[in-house]
Amino acid sequence: MISWPGLIAQLTEILLAILLAPVLLGWVNQCRAWMQNKSGPGILQPYRTLRKLFAKEAVLAHNASPLFRAMPYALFACMCLAAAIVPILGTDLPFSPAADAIALVGIFALARVFISLAAMDIGTAFGSLGARREMMVGFLAEPALLMVLFNASLISHSTSLTTIVEHLAHVEFVIYPSLAFAGIAFTMVSLAENARIPVDNPSTHLELTMIHEAMVLEYSGRHLALIEWSAALKLFVYSCIGIALFFPFGIAEGGDAAGLLLALPALAAKLAIGGFVMALIEMISAKMRIFRAPEYLGTAFLLAVLAMLIHLLLGS
Amino acid sequence: MPGALQLILGVILAWLALGLAGVFYPRNLYLVSRVLFPAGALGALALAAAALSALGGVTQSVVLPLGLPELPFHLRLDALSAFFLLLLGTVTAGISVFAAGYFRQGEGTAPGLQCLYYHVFIASMALVLLADDAYAFMVFWETMALSSYFLVTSDHAKAEIRRAGFLYILIAHIGAIGILLCFGLLHGTGDYTFDTMRAVQLAPLWATIAFALALFGFGAKAGMLPLHVWLPEAHPAAPSPVSALMSAVMLKTAIYGLLRVLFDLLHTQVWWWGVVILVLGLATALYGVVFSAVQTDMKRLLAYSSIENIGFILIGVGLTVTFQAYGMRALAALALTATLYHCINHAYFKSLLFLATGSVLHATHERALGKLGGLIHRMPWVAWLALIGTLAIAGLPPLNGFVSEWLLLQAFLFTPNLPQPYLNMLIPVAAAAVALAAALAGYVMVKFYGVVFLGQPREPSLATARDAGIWERIGLVWLAGGCLGLGLAPVWVIGVIDSVSGQLLGKTLGASATGWMFLTPISPDRASYAPLLFLLVILGVWALTWLAVRRFYHGQMHRAPPWDCGFEAQTARMQDTAEGFGQPIRQVFEPFFRMQRELPTPLDAKPRYRVSVEDHLWYWLYLPIVKFTQTISRVVTLLQRGRISVYLTYSFVTLLVLLLFVR
Amino acid sequence: MHLPLTSQIINLLAALLLLLSFSMLTQRRILSLINLFALQGLTLTLAILVVAWSTGQHHLYYSAALTFVLKVLVLPGVLHRLIRKLNVKWDVETLINIPTTMLVGIALVILAFNVALPISQLAGTIAKSTLGIALACVLLAFLTMITRSKAVPQVIGFLAMENGLVFAATSATYGMPMVVEFGIALDVMVGMVILGVFFFQIRERFESLDIRHLEKMKDE
Repeated sequence: MISWPGLIAQLTEILLAILLAPVLLGWVNQCRAWMQNKSGPGILQPYRTLRKLFAKEAVLAHNASPLFRAMPYALFACMCLAAAIVPILGTDLPFSPAADAIALVGIFALARVFISLAAMDIGTAFGSLGARREMMVGFLAEPALLMVLFNASLISHSTSLTTIVEHLAHVEFVIYPSLAFAGIAFTMVSLAENARIPVDNPSTHLELTMIHEAMVLEYSGRHLALIEWSAALKLFVYSCIGIALFFPFGIAEGGDAAGLLLALPALAAKLAIGGFVMALIEMISAKMRIFRAPEYLGTAFLLAVLAMLIHLLLGS
Repeated sequence: MPGALQLILGVILAWLALGLAGVFYPRNLYLVSRVLFPAGALGALALAAAALSALGGVTQSVVLPLGLPELPFHLRLDALSAFFLLLLGTVTAGISVFAAGYFRQGEGTAPGLQCLYYHVFIASMALVLLADDAYAFMVFWETMALSSYFLVTSDHAKAEIRRAGFLYILIAHIGAIGILLCFGLLHGTGDYTFDTMRAVQLAPLWATIAFALALFGFGAKAGMLPLHVWLPEAHPAAPSPVSALMSAVMLKTAIYGLLRVLFDLLHTQVWWWGVVILVLGLATALYGVVFSAVQTDMKRLLAYSSIENIGFILIGVGLTVTFQAYGMRALAALALTATLYHCINHAYFKSLLFLATGSVLHATHERALGKLGGLIHRMPWVAWLALIGTLAIAGLPPLNGFVSEWLLLQAFLFTPNLPQPYLNMLIPVAAAAVALAAALAGYVMVKFYGVVFLGQPREPSLATARDAGIWERIGLVWLAGGCLGLGLAPVWVIGVIDSVSGQLLGKTLGASATGWMFLTPISPDRASYAPLLFLLVILGVWALTWLAVRRFYHGQMHRAPPWDCGFEAQTARMQDTAEGFGQPIRQVFEPFFRMQRELPTPLDAKPRYRVSVEDHLWYWLYLPIVKFTQTISRVVTLLQRGRISVYLTYSFVTLLVLLLFVR
Repeated sequence: MHLPLTSQIINLLAALLLLLSFSMLTQRRILSLINLFALQGLTLTLAILVVAWSTGQHHLYYSAALTFVLKVLVLPGVLHRLIRKLNVKWDVETLINIPTTMLVGIALVILAFNVALPISQLAGTIAKSTLGIALACVLLAFLTMITRSKAVPQVIGFLAMENGLVFAATSATYGMPMVVEFGIALDVMVGMVILGVFFFQIRERFESLDIRHLEKMKDE
């Protein structure tokens, strides 16, 4: 069942995801800077930040428990696993049977619980504030993401991500109205999950409005580097999920080498456009009050549920 | 070579003997904790082994010449009983070992008596699972209720605990009446053995009434909405091993009873019965999880979380009934597997967490979340083992809670077009509600673990907290190991469950087509999950990352005071309290609660903040019933005059009426 | 097995109509509400055009043109002028919070589809499966009217309801007779004019467009 080319393709994909993820983050930030009429730090800036952080000494609070120190590694491992099961270039993934769409949501939930617990570990006011807000975003974003994935599962009669992509990309062209709803829900969820405006602001320096940044305030050095890298990886994986569900054309079927080579520029183009759109959305919207966030995510969740109903209604 | 049933009966007798031994030496703590409880745990293991051997085998039955004349006890061991006995045996083994280190002198009832109630309780639960006639079932059911009542009220010096015990026994009895009436309907005109009931064909109307009574009776025991009110009172009141037993095993006997009546005794199923159970299950799950998010007492939080999990189990039962009624056997088997899997999962992680709270309670004498914190430093064993339970109950891969939720969601997702249009639309909405409740469970568990074990200690007295003793640790390790094992080897567990589905539905699931590592209940390209591979990848990446960071950079580190954006006057009271952590839920789900808030004004010299969250159902449903009962009893009290001659007149009039009518 | 492409496009447009109805239900800002209304009109026009093109029903082209002129150009323009004159472009809080409104909306969609199911099975048109959606749009627009306390959003809800009706007629019987359609269009126009006058009147009377003030008028 497991083939060598498949395994090689799989490992290449994971490495590609890990190495390229910071570029995507840099690209989004660069686009934002351009739109704000700034010159921007360049798309390679995340790498410089990572190198700086890795080289620095880690400073730990006196009462940090082993859980606190283990979290960045666990977070990074979770995101790598997520990158391993999402079809990025091709659909011949030996790891993919290990986890399907539901387990993918489970991985994100696991990462979220880890980071929230670590945020509460030091016992500072901001840490627990961040953990509480993160869980508040999570308890609606997680089922919303699951419902979005279920929409694709209903169409392809499978929860396996590779089968979903194969079905959507390579079976005859059909318009699925339910995916329009699911697409909007997914966009809303991915903005919230990746700590972007309108739910969170990645570049904020005002403690009281932070979510993600408040949780990782106590981290420094290599630990912070791993967390930042994981955040970039999460953005990358989310973008790839979006591509796989809504624009799967170009992802290679099976493991043929030519298809994989063609898939790479297609992926790069799609990610560039996706990152630009994300920056655009961030530019034209304002950050919400924190208690508007459940309303926003509740809307996304219900839209995803509605999409499943539409699928049943129209019977397509 | 005695059969499995004989072996199980032997274990039950041994338990009763251990209980009796406790009575003779009620104050001998050494005997009770070092001999009787460990022996009980060994018995539980033997019982589990016997049950496991009986799972694949033939049904055994025996008639005990006990009880009333002409009414002997019929006992029967089939796959369904064996599965729940397996659950009871393995979980009780862990709880008994823990109890060996838990019960102490001077905490309420004497240890010897506790030992008696405890062993009678587990023996009666085992016998409920074995009973094969209504008479025996009800006798054991009531024994179970009574023995657990004594365990709940073991700290009976406190008025609130007596109140909790009263509420518990009251609802247990109201439920028992429902079950009794249900058996009364089921037996037709024959005797009260289950064999007779299986042979009776009921008219649809009577079958529906019997179903409603069974749902009411067993639902009251399981904590189904709106009969759940006893659960958050009784579980915190009981000593922790007892809370664990009640939550892990006793609630499951109610599920066992429901399954027994629905699939074994009543053999017709109507699709809308399933919908009723499904909707009640959804309401129970959402309600339980929303309420557990706002609790400030760690055992109450876990009790509400038990309500939530019972909701999940009921959702599974509801789906099974609906699918079975429409003849979709494969999906029914999938839903039943999810149900039974969740039963055993909940038994493990909930008992693990209840026992962990027991250790915390003993070490700190605090149950209020607002006075705990930072225990991971003082009690590392309990904290790390509780972390496994926390992740499992939050439904996170690769632990066990995720597997059953995964199976349940698969059952929803692969529902084909059902003949009922409204039902068809209900399925996605229900799946969404399940996903929401599961995500909320994550919220609740982060709150539980974060507030109890992480952060800074909120009270100075916590600095002297001691970690659990060796017996308690063994019990916790056993249960945590169960959570891991059930999470990592789902194919094997489903193989065990398959014999139950085979018996009840005539169809098994067949967990895997591609080897023991991959769980593929339908077909490999439709859904697959390999928890072991999942765990290995995470651990592998973890190790590689760690090594790479050390290899390419360094492991330098130094300790400093917490940063917290440069705020120096940081104290433990600035962390989120349990109330604070639950605040978003209170705000988002405000209509669920009956809240009373007392907020300080900016000018208060001594600011006071108080919030109390209560249950609407108590006011909307229970208090009216109480008022109604009081009105009736006031009318009845008119008969009471206090004079002998009036009472004699009553007797005289009764006599005259009887003479006139009976003749 | 799969539906023909035109049917798929009609289904997609129907889904978009429903999506726009939901966005209108959850929108707080009056300006966005008007834009969404115009967008809904545009989607409706496209849907009618696709039906007209695929079935060759010529009168539907007129209907599409009428819809476009009235619902995309004239009415939104009038509404924009109106809110500029009345100076009421700020946010309006809904009476019930938004997720609850959406939950009710989902229940309405389920209801609408099940009610429309027997009718759409009778109809022989290519767009018959969208009848449930059309009915849902009508009900959602009604809900939009119920949950707003300000007059302008209520009027937009009323107009959106008419959109749903036109779509229902198109999908069930390829549109109403031309006379009826003109009649309805005229009704909407006249209704709009009367409501416009009415807005100015109630603002004169109460200094506000909050129709909760109308409660004071009872028994007077």
